Amino acid sequence: MRSSTFALICVLVAALVYAAARWFGNEYVFFAGYVVLQFIVLATAWNILGGYTGYVNFGSAAFFAVGAYSSIFFHKIFPLPIPVLIVIGGVFSGLIGLGMGYLTLRLRGAFFAIGTLALAVVLQTIITNWSYLGGARGAYVLRPAEIEFIGPYIQYLFLLMLALAVFALSVARGIERSQLGYGFATIRDDELAAEASGVPTLRLKLIATTISGGLMGMAGAPFPYYLGYVQPSSAFGLEYAVNAIAMPMIGGTTSWVGPLVGAIVLASLQQWATVTFSSELGVLLVGVLLVAFVILAPKGIVGLVQGWRRGKAGS
Amino acid sequence: MDIPYDLLVNALVAGLLLGAFYAAVTVGISISFGILDIVNIAHPGFIILGSYLAYIINARLGLDPILVSLLMLPAFYALGAVIYQVYYASFEKRGQDSLRGLAFFFGLLFVTEVALVLVFGVDYRYVQAPYIGPSQNIGFVDLPLRMLVPGVVALAMVAALQLFLTKTFIGRAIMGVAQDQLALQLMGASPTRIKRTAFAISIATCAVAGALLIIIQPVEPSVGREYIGRVFAICVLGGLGSIPGTLIGAMMLGILESFTSTFYGPSWAPAVSFGVLLLVLAFKPSGLFGR
Repeated sequence: MRSSTFALICVLVAALVYAAARWFGNEYVFFAGYVVLQFIVLATAWNILGGYTGYVNFGSAAFFAVGAYSSIFFHKIFPLPIPVLIVIGGVFSGLIGLGMGYLTLRLRGAFFAIGTLALAVVLQTIITNWSYLGGARGAYVLRPAEIEFIGPYIQYLFLLMLALAVFALSVARGIERSQLGYGFATIRDDELAAEASGVPTLRLKLIATTISGGLMGMAGAPFPYYLGYVQPSSAFGLEYAVNAIAMPMIGGTTSWVGPLVGAIVLASLQQWATVTFSSELGVLLVGVLLVAFVILAPKGIVGLVQGWRRGKAGS
Repeated sequence: MDIPYDLLVNALVAGLLLGAFYAAVTVGISISFGILDIVNIAHPGFIILGSYLAYIINARLGLDPILVSLLMLPAFYALGAVIYQVYYASFEKRGQDSLRGLAFFFGLLFVTEVALVLVFGVDYRYVQAPYIGPSQNIGFVDLPLRMLVPGVVALAMVAALQLFLTKTFIGRAIMGVAQDQLALQLMGASPTRIKRTAFAISIATCAVAGALLIIIQPVEPSVGREYIGRVFAICVLGGLGSIPGTLIGAMMLGILESFTSTFYGPSWAPAVSFGVLLLVLAFKPSGLFGR
């Protein structure tokens, strides 16, 4: 399937999702759906670096927060429409991703992962101490209740996130099928051998960290408008970092389908647990599932389904 | 800037005491990460678990937290052995210990933290002991017993581990695993068993470190996260797996943090350790005392 056909199918599916959500006619569907979509973007973004090149990023929350805080920054200076803010947030967090990419020059494997964690805490401390952005107290964003043509504001945010999810999935699938994707795979399998065979590993890694970081920032940019209030501990919340890792790991890291499946399953599960019990129980479930899956089903849900199909075909 | 002399000395002493405590927190990581190459990011989570156990028993039975931690050692040792067994069977044996092993420990860290939140909530907990509160004054230097007692216990533990690793047969076998696993097998020792013992010891140190932590400061479940940066910064600074290096790295970080909070404010302190970590990783990854 060509990339353009794939994007078209994604848009059609997205249109169906939006129509179904409107048909429900309940505001909650949009609130919950927004979160699920946001995690699809985050998980797909994480997988472009973590799944394709094998570099584990523990600092996803930082990229998300950079996107959110760049929106607050511009909201204070000069109010811009949210699609522009999404692009700006993507640029900022993409630049930080580029910086993170240079860490890979010296750091491999676990050291890189710990380095990303360090990066996240340093950024969080800077924002906590930056009083213009609200500091530790947090910042408020007043959003209009309605918007032209679409109606309630939450529907507008939902549509934006839906478009972003389509964009992220198309990018991920495009990378997979391109030369870039094969380059990433060589880095994952054996970086030294790839370097020796003339693969420009540094350039590829920089591309991967920039795209991955940029997409995470884009997912974070509308966040202040969704909640109306942002504080460092919520924007940098550990649950973003854990979910961004757990969703691809549980779905399957080898293709774009894994993060999508993982995000839909886990995010819906968390929404259900939050409504029925408490949000802590929801995130506890994610942690337990992550540990269980990496031990018992290292290839994720996608791997399980493939194994099950192959078993059926073989018997 | 005109810095008062007594403030400087006080910050230095506070930093040294803090550093001794940091050494106790890090020594377990130096064994698991430094010697065994197991990236146990969940280590701070187990430290917080140790703090909460010290808190419960202290609140119920009124036992001294340090005594409680010593009684807890066998339980933490067993926990460590179980975790290593799972880790070995699921990741090390299959040869895919890097990416999935990391995710495994990250998940464990998160699960311990959220489970503690579910049981105890996010309130700060503290313990009661006669040495919390009073302080000893030597001239103008202020020595709070709340820092002095944990510092002394921490130094004793680090010294005991160093003696164990260099003087006993098992200790030397643990050091040997880091250098040449095959050679160890040829000598008739099982690397898996040696590694399990070592990892169990590293988790056992969490019992003591946790009790010391809750003596020094009130604890809530997410406090552990701040320590991820500290333990790895110290471990890398000290050259991965060297116990004396760990002690020196811990002292350096303790002093640096104490100066930062004295002269710039405590809200900048968490960034210090991670900043040091980033700098060390970027410019001298083998640490100051690399092996």
